[in-house]
Amino acid sequence: MSKRKAQYASKLKRATHMLFYKKHMKPGVKGWELRKTLGSDYPKVLKILDDYLKALDLQVKTVFEEEKEIEKPTLEHLDKARFLITLRGDLTPKEAKMVGWRIDDLAGLAVTIAYVISKKGQAPRKDVEELLREKLPGWKVGINIDRYVRYGYLTQDEYGQLYLDWRTRAEVDQKALIDLLLRTETKPA
Amino acid sequence: MQSKREREKNGREKLQRIIGTCKSVEERALDPFLIDINENISTVRELFPEWNIPEDLCLDAETIHRLASVIKLQSEWVKHRSTTLYTDPFLLEEKLTRLPKEEIVKTFMQAWRPTVELEQISLHSLSEATGYWESLVPLNERWKEMPPEEVGAGSATREELIKQRILRDRTFSEELESFWQELKNKVSEKSEDGKIHYWDFVGAETYEETIQRAFMTSFLITYGYATLEIHPLEEETFVKPYERPVVKTGKTQLVSIPIAITADEWARWKKGESK
Repeated sequence: MSKRKAQYASKLKRATHMLFYKKHMKPGVKGWELRKTLGSDYPKVLKILDDYLKALDLQVKTVFEEEKEIEKPTLEHLDKARFLITLRGDLTPKEAKMVGWRIDDLAGLAVTIAYVISKKGQAPRKDVEELLREKLPGWKVGINIDRYVRYGYLTQDEYGQLYLDWRTRAEVDQKALIDLLLRTETKPA
Repeated sequence: MQSKREREKNGREKLQRIIGTCKSVEERALDPFLIDINENISTVRELFPEWNIPEDLCLDAETIHRLASVIKLQSEWVKHRSTTLYTDPFLLEEKLTRLPKEEIVKTFMQAWRPTVELEQISLHSLSEATGYWESLVPLNERWKEMPPEEVGAGSATREELIKQRILRDRTFSEELESFWQELKNKVSEKSEDGKIHYWDFVGAETYEETIQRAFMTSFLITYGYATLEIHPLEEETFVKPYERPVVKTGKTQLVSIPIAITADEWARWKKGESK
């Protein structure tokens, strides 16, 4: 093995450790942390790791500080971004149980995210609660929203407005979700 | 025919109403097109010749600023509607209400890529943890139990309670009256125009005492023993005692004036830098 290849193999291992194991409260690591450990060519290391993970149905996901996706990120953008490992393909509803979610809670999350997206990324908490209360028991609604906030799917400001947070940006393909929901046929009541 | 004063008063109210509406649109994420920008701009333009004093001009500027923020929101609204992410909220809400939760979850699964994160103990962290455990002092040594102090029941005199600051030696109204007297004395000693600089009155040797004096001064003003005179351009505030307490009727609108008594401000006053 050439010296260069050995160097990349070692960096790949270190990147895997850093990305898979939870080090902080939030999963994943910031770009600057990767640069500190792996060197300035860390984007290349992540690209190799991402190719490697394809076969395992996983991917390296980049979540930029800005809300929108950046097509051609600069090193500065990448340094501030958060890198995580996420699933590449779909889960089946049965598999969702392995992730630790009950069907009710997951449906609540889907409804909340879709509703906030439809309201231009910001919706009053009481409106979301009202919507969830139609299908979830009242006592559970507040607990669930707090849980979504705690996990980083949503964030709430002092005026009781809910916004999408970093985890939604990392894990949910927002456009696909809305398209799929609108395409789903509802049975006549 | 309205007098100039009435026109100004009505004008101010109109501007404050516009500011309030703009604020609620910004804070509650209401539809920004609920605000008729043209009509509001015409109102602002119509009222502009009435304004002479800086406060009114500031109010005018704030109104323009708020309207500009609403225009920005309107532009964002239009941009969002033109993107592929835009969906009619009512249509989507209707869908979400009618879809069974199993269907919603099935759909969500196609757009959700949950994060993979592991928590696992390693040999290295186990050995570190063992080392830590060995060097850890037992709880009974760290938190030695303190024997409970025996306190016998007894009686306390009024003087003792005053000393411990549980009771006050005078009633609040007596204190306020004497504080008012102090203000009047200071004003007659130090000034000829019947007022004293706010900081020269509330400022004291210690920061705690200054806070206490500022607290009492606020009551002097609220209860009509004194008033505040504010010169915004010079950034100066004066306290002016009344000869007799003035009863404030409900005709005039009372306003609250926040004055920050920070430790820095107090230190500046002590050094003699404060105005």
